[in-house]
Amino acid sequence: MQTATDFALTKENLGAYLTGSLSGDSAKGIEAMLSKLKREDVSKPTIYVGTGTCGLGAGAGKTLEAIKVYLAEKNVDADIIQVGCIGLCAEEPMVDFQLPGRTRISFRKITEDKVPKLMDAMLAGNVPEDLACFQFRSKTLKGWNNVKYMDEHPFFASQTRWVLAGCGIVDPTNIWEYIASDGYKAFAKAIYDKTRQEVCDMVEKSGLRGRGGGGFNTGTKWKLALQQEADQKYMICNADEGDPGAFMDRAVIEGDPHRMIEGLAIAAYAIGASKAYVYLRAEYPLAIKHLQQALKQAKEIGLLGENILDSGFDLEIKIKMGAGAFVCGEETALIHSIEGKRGMPRPRPPYPSVKGLFGKPTAINNVETLANVPTLVRNGEGWFSSIGTATSKGTKVFALSGNVNNTGLVEVAMGTNLRKIIFEIGGGIPKGRQFKSVQIGGPSGGCMPTPLLDTEIDYESLKSAGAMMGSGGMVVMDDATCMVDVAKYFMDFIQRESCGKCIPCREGTRRMLEILTMITKGRKGEHGADALERFQGITQLERLAEVIKDTSLCGLGNTSPNPILSTLRWFKPEYEAHIYERRCPAGVCPELLVYSIDADKCTGCTLCAKNCPAASIMGAPKSPHYIITDKCISCGTCFTVCRFGAVSKS
Amino acid sequence: MITIEVNGKKLVAKPGEMLLSVLRRNGIQVPTLCNLEGLSPTGACRLCVVEVEGQRGLVPSCAFPVSDGMKIKTHSPRAVMARKTIIELLLANHPDDCNYCVRNGTCELQNMAHELGVRERKFVGAKNKYFIDKSSPSIVRDPAKCILCGKCVRTCEEVQGVSAIDFVNRGSRSIVGTAFGKGLNVSSCINCGQCILVCPTGALTEQSHIPMVLDALKDPNKFVVIQHAPAVSVTLAEEFDMKPGVDINGVLVTALRMLGFDRVFDTSFSADLTIMEEATELVHRITTGGKLPMFTSCSPGWIKFVETFYPDFMDNLSTCKSPQEMMGAIIKSYFSQRENIDPDKIFVVSVMPCTAKKFEAGRPELGTNGIPDVDAVLTTRELAQLIKMFGLDINSLPTDTADTPFGRRSGAGKIFGATGGVMEAAIRTAYYLITGEDLEELKVQPVRGMKGIKEARIKIGDLELGVAVVSGLGNARELLEQLRRGRNDLQFIEVMTCPNGCVGGGGQPICTDPVRVKARIQSLYNIDKGELIRTSHANKSVKRLYDEFLGEPNSHKAHELLHTHYHKRDVLK
Repeated sequence: MQTATDFALTKENLGAYLTGSLSGDSAKGIEAMLSKLKREDVSKPTIYVGTGTCGLGAGAGKTLEAIKVYLAEKNVDADIIQVGCIGLCAEEPMVDFQLPGRTRISFRKITEDKVPKLMDAMLAGNVPEDLACFQFRSKTLKGWNNVKYMDEHPFFASQTRWVLAGCGIVDPTNIWEYIASDGYKAFAKAIYDKTRQEVCDMVEKSGLRGRGGGGFNTGTKWKLALQQEADQKYMICNADEGDPGAFMDRAVIEGDPHRMIEGLAIAAYAIGASKAYVYLRAEYPLAIKHLQQALKQAKEIGLLGENILDSGFDLEIKIKMGAGAFVCGEETALIHSIEGKRGMPRPRPPYPSVKGLFGKPTAINNVETLANVPTLVRNGEGWFSSIGTATSKGTKVFALSGNVNNTGLVEVAMGTNLRKIIFEIGGGIPKGRQFKSVQIGGPSGGCMPTPLLDTEIDYESLKSAGAMMGSGGMVVMDDATCMVDVAKYFMDFIQRESCGKCIPCREGTRRMLEILTMITKGRKGEHGADALERFQGITQLERLAEVIKDTSLCGLGNTSPNPILSTLRWFKPEYEAHIYERRCPAGVCPELLVYSIDADKCTGCTLCAKNCPAASIMGAPKSPHYIITDKCISCGTCFTVCRFGAVSKS
Repeated sequence: MITIEVNGKKLVAKPGEMLLSVLRRNGIQVPTLCNLEGLSPTGACRLCVVEVEGQRGLVPSCAFPVSDGMKIKTHSPRAVMARKTIIELLLANHPDDCNYCVRNGTCELQNMAHELGVRERKFVGAKNKYFIDKSSPSIVRDPAKCILCGKCVRTCEEVQGVSAIDFVNRGSRSIVGTAFGKGLNVSSCINCGQCILVCPTGALTEQSHIPMVLDALKDPNKFVVIQHAPAVSVTLAEEFDMKPGVDINGVLVTALRMLGFDRVFDTSFSADLTIMEEATELVHRITTGGKLPMFTSCSPGWIKFVETFYPDFMDNLSTCKSPQEMMGAIIKSYFSQRENIDPDKIFVVSVMPCTAKKFEAGRPELGTNGIPDVDAVLTTRELAQLIKMFGLDINSLPTDTADTPFGRRSGAGKIFGATGGVMEAAIRTAYYLITGEDLEELKVQPVRGMKGIKEARIKIGDLELGVAVVSGLGNARELLEQLRRGRNDLQFIEVMTCPNGCVGGGGQPICTDPVRVKARIQSLYNIDKGELIRTSHANKSVKRLYDEFLGEPNSHKAHELLHTHYHKRDVLK
């Protein structure tokens, strides 16, 4: 990596450069040096490999090695840059190519076996069209024929990438790349030209709300902490991304860590904190590595530490690794965890802004919220609030997963409707199946059905639909999904992750899970009393949910009945089929399935009978078999082994 | 002052105070299982939830500060239904064995279920199964009965500064456990039993010695002797629904005789003996440049605390055995010779306000030739149980006096049961030992009262003594840290493991209400005030013991029988 001296930057003139007050030849020289890092054009072939966690999971590590081997063997002079995830996880591993004078072009699913083909073609100046995904638009460089531009690619066309602007584009291990794209200018502007109060006002007016859960106005939160008199205050970045199916915070820290650091630094300045923590999951080793590197680099050039850029502002940022407890995403539990205590929430008030970490005023924001701050401060509150809905401004990143073609990270303007996200950006439902529901907001969120697909997403609309913004997990489900089963999955997650402190959450979620489990149980082996208990449970379900919601200590408990309440609200007939008819319409709950053999299709091969663990399949060889329903244990083995599609389940 | 509206009625409150205290002050009872007077609220049980206008959910009154004009409904159908549901949820994971439970009838969960009208099993499902931890000589832990209110955890950490137990695991698998799930016996637990006093259910109880005592009583070859500690006679009455602080010393002696004990002795006698030894040791340390400050050594939890957490202060501990052990030692030597009974055949039982005394009785160094000084220890609660088992009606028993030669006590020995009592008794005697005269005013006011740390400077002749009285080991920790930092103006320090001393001991009737504890203390001082003999050195029986057997305080024989030594302890070994 380049050092400050390479750019003729010193601790003295870095501040002046960042605020634009550096003039003359030195400013031009620095600008010229930095602009090279923007790679508007390159002097030799440049290969970008997406090596975020998702890329590596898809084999990007091997791809990278293969590229290196290829270059060495062919003795080609080229740059290799490892970038983070651009968000299109479904197409990983992704490799970008940029030749001198030509636009940067992205290729999809470049596993190691495809490397020679790609390299041969590109170095010869030909695009292997079957591998090409999209090219970046450029005013000056020559484009490629027959390759879509990024803004024409359905996945990207409707996105507004503010938080994810650098992810998959810049080298996350090089602070100068971030500085080259206007990084840290907002921070310099804040500490030089703005009072703490002005920064808080600006953020408050912009309408930026917390992207991690409740959606509290960020500027207002900062103000509360700013107003406190204290010898020490703390700023915390909550990077304990625990919702199943959410991974935007990881992508930002892995792919563009300085954006979050700059946001955190501005926040710390705004509330008057000289110490900040990043509470980061230990399960994110790559993010930890990149963040550590980034913090070190920022400190080396004087953007962190004592008397930053000679402004008199001190800031020390520490990383605290979390051990994977979901509840540690709750702010008071997170504070306890940093303090070295068991991660358990405590009652509020006092709020952390009054009495937080080590008893001092503390503000806590999540990664995405903070990553919004630099551009907001740089471009002003008016710019930020220019998009979004009446109550929710800016963009929101969603982690699209489940039964959808383009899984990945998408960032859209607030107010974009679900249909657009799932069917345009997400590319619809695979295997020709039908959309059934989308689960939004993690375990505390809810499931939204087809009639709500045109909902314009913001904090309020999601809430009124029984879901929540949460951290923005979006799990798409097709018609082969059983909603009772889904509720069961999330209930199981919640009851295992409850901290165990308050009774309604600890004991109540467990009973709710038991009641759900009973609903999905078959009639076999059931005694009179069991059936009675099953119904007794069902009659208690709603009251239980109500009390848990009403009395639990923290947000995890308050929202823990949501998986049940929201599925019950939109998919009641499915529950009723389970309860009254003992039938799972989606064909998922194993104990409720009835298997039968189609005599016309059955060839009498005996395979099913041989494999049946309950010896419940009868039939002579070469004549149709049949299943004795009373003996069948609904294990599904016959269905799996039949080569003629003769076994059906209902 | 601000005004809030509760159930349509205006109430006055201090700004910022918690809603629960306003409600209680005004006679409105909302149930709670996790609230601990004096400690910060945790809001864990959610039973004290009430409806507050403008709040989305129900709010816990224990952790909700009042503000002007707030409107509250404490017993709306919504709040009551929530409370009832919470109790039903607890019961769904609670063993249905109330009939076998030591807390049957005094269980807060049981009471609340009754009060809220829980009459049927609403939730049926799996219950957690756990092993009962009987490893500790003092405390039995049954995690199955634990409702995770956390009061024991906070008491252990915040009041006692020990932290032997904490929450482990998550969700419905959460339990209160020890480090690495090892037995309580190898944890840092100091056996004080304060956790038992705050436990709302039967999850924490004492290790019962009742079976051992019953066996001894029916064994014709055993000569069974019982001693009762100073703080027992003023608390036992509470177990029989009498007013706190009623002294039933005489009735207690009668009851013990009727239970079949061959001799009934008063531990206050050996408290006097302890003072003779300890005051002499103190004077000796001061005059010969010995290790100072000297700490009292009668509280066994405190001894284990020093051995575990502050072994560097072991030499500061007085070498005197506790009154319980001194009594045991002289019963099995002097008394055994006098009555010509083989010490092997004597079975010494003590009634103590304490669970740590059970541990102390088992310390191998506290005995002679493998014969322990004390064989069994009953808590005040266990004695009450025994009396009920034998069908004795405390209200109609005549009074009686304890047996010679260890039945006579001074007022000084009796006040051992309250915090500051040992100090006061020691000052009375040290004054006499140094000046040859008795104090004009025997009451030493600055060491009395319920403050956690009390300090005084006492003038004895030419000597000025810096003394401190500490109760509750959290407070002891604070003082020890001051000493570690080099504080050197103190010569003598009394430490009692339990807050307010033995009257608040872990073996006392279940309660930590300061009003009740205060009445117990007052009763002890009243007894002292009414005594003719109020100094240990004036106790004729003690004098006679020295004349006939021990020689003089701190003699070779006294050292052999009445003094002990300590050793460093490693936790988890």
